[in-house]
Amino acid sequence: MKGAYTWGGILVIVFASVVGDILLARAMKQVGDVHALWQRSGLWRVVASVFGNSNFFLGVTAMAVAFFSLLFALSWGDVSLVAPAAASLTFIGNAFAAKIFLHEKVDRRRWIAALLVAAGVALLAG
Amino acid sequence: MTLRKYLVLAGVTVFAAAGDSMLSHGMKQTGNISLHHLPGIVFAVLNPWVAVGIVLLLAFFASYMNALSWADLTYVLPATSLGYVLLALVARFALHEQVSPLRWLGIALISGGVGFVAGGPALTSHEHQREGSARIGPSPGELLAKDLRKGATAEDDAPVVSSGAQR
Repeated sequence: MKGAYTWGGILVIVFASVVGDILLARAMKQVGDVHALWQRSGLWRVVASVFGNSNFFLGVTAMAVAFFSLLFALSWGDVSLVAPAAASLTFIGNAFAAKIFLHEKVDRRRWIAALLVAAGVALLAG
Repeated sequence: MTLRKYLVLAGVTVFAAAGDSMLSHGMKQTGNISLHHLPGIVFAVLNPWVAVGIVLLLAFFASYMNALSWADLTYVLPATSLGYVLLALVARFALHEQVSPLRWLGIALISGGVGFVAGGPALTSHEHQREGSARIGPSPGELLAKDLRKGATAEDDAPVVSSGAQR
């Protein structure tokens, strides 16, 4: 039963982190290259367009949910399971979500990279 | 990819690793914080290691957002994972901690994964962006840069397609 709670917590963390990453990435694509924008219109224009973007706030909220669910999951389960499992599943989840929602071209090269990084993170933190 | 962009990616990696390790160091000094003693979290922020860690994580967030403004999420994320490698190397060579063979294998896998992504294009989703959001008109220089990037994308993809056809 404790295991079910821990894995439930891990799934919540992964879901919230993937949603957060996708929303933040979409927000910054809508803002556009910040360096070009900075040179054209100045720093305040950059700050205003980032903080005026609703996807940015939703993304930060999702990241906060992910952070607090990590804290709760850590109080149920072992650090050595929760942290690496959540981190590496987030890499895989992000590759799927970026392909579906951000229309990134996740080719074979990027799939291999996502799997290698996920395995590596699991080994390092384990 | 320009030098500036590589520096931003390096910032993502270094700030995340340094911020996390300072937070962790500081929180070990302050001790456990329980739900019954929440004011303890205020004292945690007063710890200089924790304070510097928070500033570094804000710097991480700024460079992460900067990178996401010109590169794909699936391009930037492996770069953030290089922070784990950096931490392990610091632990081994600066703090003289033991790094197990399994962890060296993890380092090799992450580095290999980053190498795979770094060989490809940084941005692949701009066709969608161009039709989707015409809110900010790109300058002629940006259009030219996009066209150049598009050319680079097509070249980079050619070997992948042909190797698929051989199988």
